[in-house]
Amino acid sequence: MTSLILRTTARYLMPLLLIFSVFLFLRGHNQPGGGFAAGLVAAAPFALYSIAFGAVKARHVLQVRPRYLIVTGLLASVVSGAIGMSVGKPFLTGIWGYLYLPGSGKLEIGTPILFDLGVYLVVIGVSLSIIFALEEAE
Amino acid sequence: MILAIAVLSGFGLAFLAPFLTRRLGNTAGLILALLPAALTIYFASLLPDAAGNEPATFSFPWAVEMGILFSFRADGLGLLFALLISGVGALIFIYAGGYLKGNSNLGRFYAWLSVFMGAMIGVALADNILVLFVFWELTSISSYMLIGFEHERESARFSALQAFLVTGLGGLAMLAGLLLLGISGGSYELSVLLQKGDALRADALYIPAVALILLGAFTKSAQFPFHFWLPNAMEAPTPVSAYLHSATMVKAGVYLLARLGPALNGTDLWFYTVGGVGAATMLVGGYLALTQTDLKRLLAYSTVSALGMLTMLIGLGSKHALEAAVVLLLAHGLYKGALFLVAGALDHETGTRDVTQLGGLFSKMKLTAIAGGIASLSMAGLPPLFGFISKELTYETALEYGSWLTGVVVLAGLFFVFVAGAVGVAPFWGKPKQTPKSAHEAPFSMWFAPMTLAGLSLLIGIFPVPVSGFLVSPAVSAAIGEATTVKLKLWHGVNTAFILSMSTLLIGAGLFAVRDSIRRGLSKLTWRWGPSFFYERSLDGLNTLARGQTRFLQNGYLRFYLFTVVFAGTGLAGFTLFARDGFHWPEKVLDIRFYEAMLAVLILCGAFFATISRSRLGAVASLGVAGYGVSLIYLLFGAPDLAMTQFLIESLTVILFVLAFYHLPQFTQLSSRRTRLRDIFIALLAGGVMTTLVLSAVGIQLHDSISPYFAQNALPLAHGRNIVNVILVDFRGIDTLGEITVLSIAAVGVYALLKLNPHTGKDKEGEGE
Repeated sequence: MTSLILRTTARYLMPLLLIFSVFLFLRGHNQPGGGFAAGLVAAAPFALYSIAFGAVKARHVLQVRPRYLIVTGLLASVVSGAIGMSVGKPFLTGIWGYLYLPGSGKLEIGTPILFDLGVYLVVIGVSLSIIFALEEAE
Repeated sequence: MILAIAVLSGFGLAFLAPFLTRRLGNTAGLILALLPAALTIYFASLLPDAAGNEPATFSFPWAVEMGILFSFRADGLGLLFALLISGVGALIFIYAGGYLKGNSNLGRFYAWLSVFMGAMIGVALADNILVLFVFWELTSISSYMLIGFEHERESARFSALQAFLVTGLGGLAMLAGLLLLGISGGSYELSVLLQKGDALRADALYIPAVALILLGAFTKSAQFPFHFWLPNAMEAPTPVSAYLHSATMVKAGVYLLARLGPALNGTDLWFYTVGGVGAATMLVGGYLALTQTDLKRLLAYSTVSALGMLTMLIGLGSKHALEAAVVLLLAHGLYKGALFLVAGALDHETGTRDVTQLGGLFSKMKLTAIAGGIASLSMAGLPPLFGFISKELTYETALEYGSWLTGVVVLAGLFFVFVAGAVGVAPFWGKPKQTPKSAHEAPFSMWFAPMTLAGLSLLIGIFPVPVSGFLVSPAVSAAIGEATTVKLKLWHGVNTAFILSMSTLLIGAGLFAVRDSIRRGLSKLTWRWGPSFFYERSLDGLNTLARGQTRFLQNGYLRFYLFTVVFAGTGLAGFTLFARDGFHWPEKVLDIRFYEAMLAVLILCGAFFATISRSRLGAVASLGVAGYGVSLIYLLFGAPDLAMTQFLIESLTVILFVLAFYHLPQFTQLSSRRTRLRDIFIALLAGGVMTTLVLSAVGIQLHDSISPYFAQNALPLAHGRNIVNVILVDFRGIDTLGEITVLSIAAVGVYALLKLNPHTGKDKEGEGE
């Protein structure tokens, strides 16, 4: 598709949507957002890009293969569950700790964020591998 | 702890085997054999404890809530079996290196052989019956892989599947039986169950439990009428036939019967079923062996016969019978294993397994001939070999039960002599015959194993005392459930059993001398209606049924799938709803605001327009209206997360549609008026049922709502304020894990559909690989 508007939009929306998706991902534990929605938001600019410029270029921009994202995501989620097991609790028990950041006090951090990161990556990987495959189909 | 490591070490070896084989080539067998050899020494070191009635045990809580412990117990019977498995295993590893020399899949072969060995030792030493079941099934799986080792041949695949289906179905029946046994005994630990024999026999579940367990044992040990899979399993490479299908795996059923004897035997049901099936198998197997000319099939049918004899002896259940069974188990493992290996060596060196083409090979294959000769004399029951002691004990037992049984056993003994001669003697003596390959002595690896086994037959025959004290006595004690000592001796004096034994030898030798005419006479009689005929018929029937229902239900039209799913789903749900009188109007009047009503009208309009639209884009846009409307409703009712996700999904769907439009043909109206009316009916039915279901669900509260729990605990337990997300990533994390797994599988499916186009036949990889 050779629409100048679409091409320009696709290019300028990319960083904005990606930052927005990170924002959604991080706020998810306390406010609307979370890995699933953030993953969809992150996949959208690449989908637009592939419509505007074709899947080959979109893949090039993404740099990693979508299926690697899927595998990494699944692995991250399983590992986050295994961390709970490694301290003798049932699989997927959340383990929490504190990070002391200079200037801004302490930050609670736990295995669910790793789990959510897994969801995020899987959602990006799945939607993009389907969209790219459709785009490339003859 | 060491016990558990010893049991599981076979599985570890399976991981190493391919790498070692790649590095070391054909000599890998010698290195790999070190593990079973070490295991043999270790198990032998446990024997004094078992004889002193303080067997080594190991127990680890696995699923304690369900009463499943990962437990092992090395008592006399288990150790006898484990020693047979590891000892013969070591020899098989060495032998296979010569037999499969140069085979590019040797590494895989050793891996599966190791898995089998580990699983089989697990069966022998498991104390928990469910652990036993798991190992039992693992032996079936490894047997499947090993029979089908030469998977390029159709007959190998067919036989592998047959063996797997027959033993696998039996295994499932056995699982049900074991569960019943566990329920009536209140424990899944063998050591507990075996103490409760009287209570178990009086329980109402006794008959079904025994029937199901027997199915498992009979299929595994190739008892009539399930015997047909064993001769077909001879498609496996010969080391596998010697190891799995003669010395160890097929004895698992017999082992299980002996193991459970103290808990289950002594009833008429047990006596007549186990004894009767065993006797029938013994005769059928022996008779069928007479007509065979293939060395391995000959041995296979005689193995069926021996397994029948073992089963029969366990069915009889007296101390003498069990003594004879334990001795036969050991003696048979030694001589039959050796004979199989000799048959393999003959096949390997001459290129044929047909007994009518083999003869006069003694001068060319002296060592193989000596091993075969000793083993076959043990099988025939000639003193001073171990087989003679075994045969004496069997005859003595049979004499206790009267002349009828004695006759049956002597008849089986004649078959034994016949087979022994045909396999171990005939190929080496008489006139030399032309063979496809010019024969010469087998390599070291291939005569060492049968020679060792045959040598043990001779050694134990001459010096039976240590074996009877350390091996046979503890095993018999375990099988009868009380401590006892067995004294084996070679010479019992001239008694009835001895006279019977000698006459069996003489008549058997006579039969052997006229073997060609017997074969010719019997081969004219053929059965069409054997059990394998029914097996093939039912397998064909199952396939036809599967093809038919696949063609009907999965005919490749997506709309038909939707039709089936929607119609069946809502039909069943609606039927249940009304048949169970579950329909309720909500009690409180629904409080609907103006803008909510408008939104509902908008959604309905969107949905309706989608059905009548004459353009795709129009339909997609209308569906989008309905979808965005639904997400607005989520927002109004305070579910921002849901609303956001729904918005995103709707947008993504539009993108997917845009991409899919490229590939779709022109929009046309193909379905007839009748089809459309049918579809309208189903759509209305689905919508109506869902609506009434939701309305009824509002008024029903089966449990206390779980929402307050989540609301209260999200922050203190899971450190989050967004309940939806906390549920997704923490409280119900395992569900989410399942969902992302499903998503990934779906992505793989779509990818495969689009990329691996069968019509172009090439993998269109768009990533520049």
